[in-house]
Amino acid sequence: MSFTYARPRSLEEALDLFAQAREKAAYLAGGTDLLLKYRKKEAAPGLVISLNHIPGFDLVEEDDREVRVGAGATLRVLERSALIAARFPILTDALKHMASVQIRNAATMAGNVVNAAPSADTAPPLLALGAEVVLLGKEGERRMALKDFFAGPSRTVMTPGEILTRFIIRKPAGPAGGGYAKVSRRKAMDLALVGVAVQLELEDDLATCARARIALGVAGPTPIRSPEAEEVLKGAAVNPESLARAGNLAAQESSCRDSLRGEAWYRREMIRVYVRRMGLLALKRAREASTS
Amino acid sequence: MKIPVNLKINGDPVELMVEPDWSLLAALRTMGLFGAREGCGAGECGACTVILQDQRGQRTVNSCLLLAQEAEGAEVTTIEGLANGAGGLHPIQQAFIDHGAVQCGFCTPGMILSAKALLDENQDPDEMEVRAGIAGNLCRCTGYNQIVEAVLAAAEKMKEGSS
Repeated sequence: MSFTYARPRSLEEALDLFAQAREKAAYLAGGTDLLLKYRKKEAAPGLVISLNHIPGFDLVEEDDREVRVGAGATLRVLERSALIAARFPILTDALKHMASVQIRNAATMAGNVVNAAPSADTAPPLLALGAEVVLLGKEGERRMALKDFFAGPSRTVMTPGEILTRFIIRKPAGPAGGGYAKVSRRKAMDLALVGVAVQLELEDDLATCARARIALGVAGPTPIRSPEAEEVLKGAAVNPESLARAGNLAAQESSCRDSLRGEAWYRREMIRVYVRRMGLLALKRAREASTS
Repeated sequence: MKIPVNLKINGDPVELMVEPDWSLLAALRTMGLFGAREGCGAGECGACTVILQDQRGQRTVNSCLLLAQEAEGAEVTTIEGLANGAGGLHPIQQAFIDHGAVQCGFCTPGMILSAKALLDENQDPDEMEVRAGIAGNLCRCTGYNQIVEAVLAAAEKMKEGSS
């Protein structure tokens, strides 16, 4: 079994190709998920539509309100982006620890999100940043919060033929900081045992939490938020004690499972530890950002 | 039914005839460029690493996970393209020999290309930066220490050469 390959020069052309394909079609970006599945015979598209030759598809830009990340941007470009490191170091934390340089040179953040593994490393930081995704289909464009995007393990709400075209991340209005920890045995080429992202928006006193977002990977069938843990931090002083309370709640609200790679009790323990550590890192970064 | 793919390999324009689902790795090996190897076919071992240059710039990639057709119009550098034409080795290749960084040699082409990409971007890496730069290349023989030393030594040599 083989496939036909097409190289559209626009998103409209890509959508048309997908719609016309009488066989099953698949979009190709980095290829580090799709081609792997194809080789293992877990995917058998009749037509592969490359999204890698569409001008502007990988654009990263910012204005006063937000940063927009084009779906074609590779993990490596984003990892080395001064803009992302300055505005959203929580995301840089994740990018630096994914796979290898070679994989990051090809793979895209959009692909990581669209493939929707519970362990996707970019998902917890993006959830903690309150990111939105823009989806383009034959019927037009729709925009939604990432937290409404995941439907189950490796499943999203995208309809066949839809393309994720960009991420929109709002810049926080006041002092803010965040951090992501990928708990894993190896420092590279490993999946997360559990991923913990904490993003805090602080009051002007740089000590009280105005709003917290805590997001976890490999703690449920999809990347998840921890609303009870977030609630306990809201309006509270940010310190090891309040973060420990948040960590306990996040661990309790999670749905960690035993797996070949680790047991649920250990994952919950790491959630406890890393919510606290990432909360302190978030506080540190928020303070540093506001004095610079 | 094979289709043509036009690209440059080690500076030479080439037309490859490929099956639509061939990886760049498979295509390179049909051309007799055996430096890139299939260690895993899954983008985990880095034995297939090549340098790709296109409109997005220059970068190392796992050629086992790149469709040959995606390389249309691009320039690919394999290990065979690294030594200079006069028979001299690239400083990184020489350093690998000098520091015992080659045992069975299976990982070596990919390892050297990853090291080259690292040093092209960062002329003065520390040990941790070298280890991070080659994190996508597995070696079953050396335990990595000689490889890291070789890359650090090559960095020194290349800095000397350019000053």
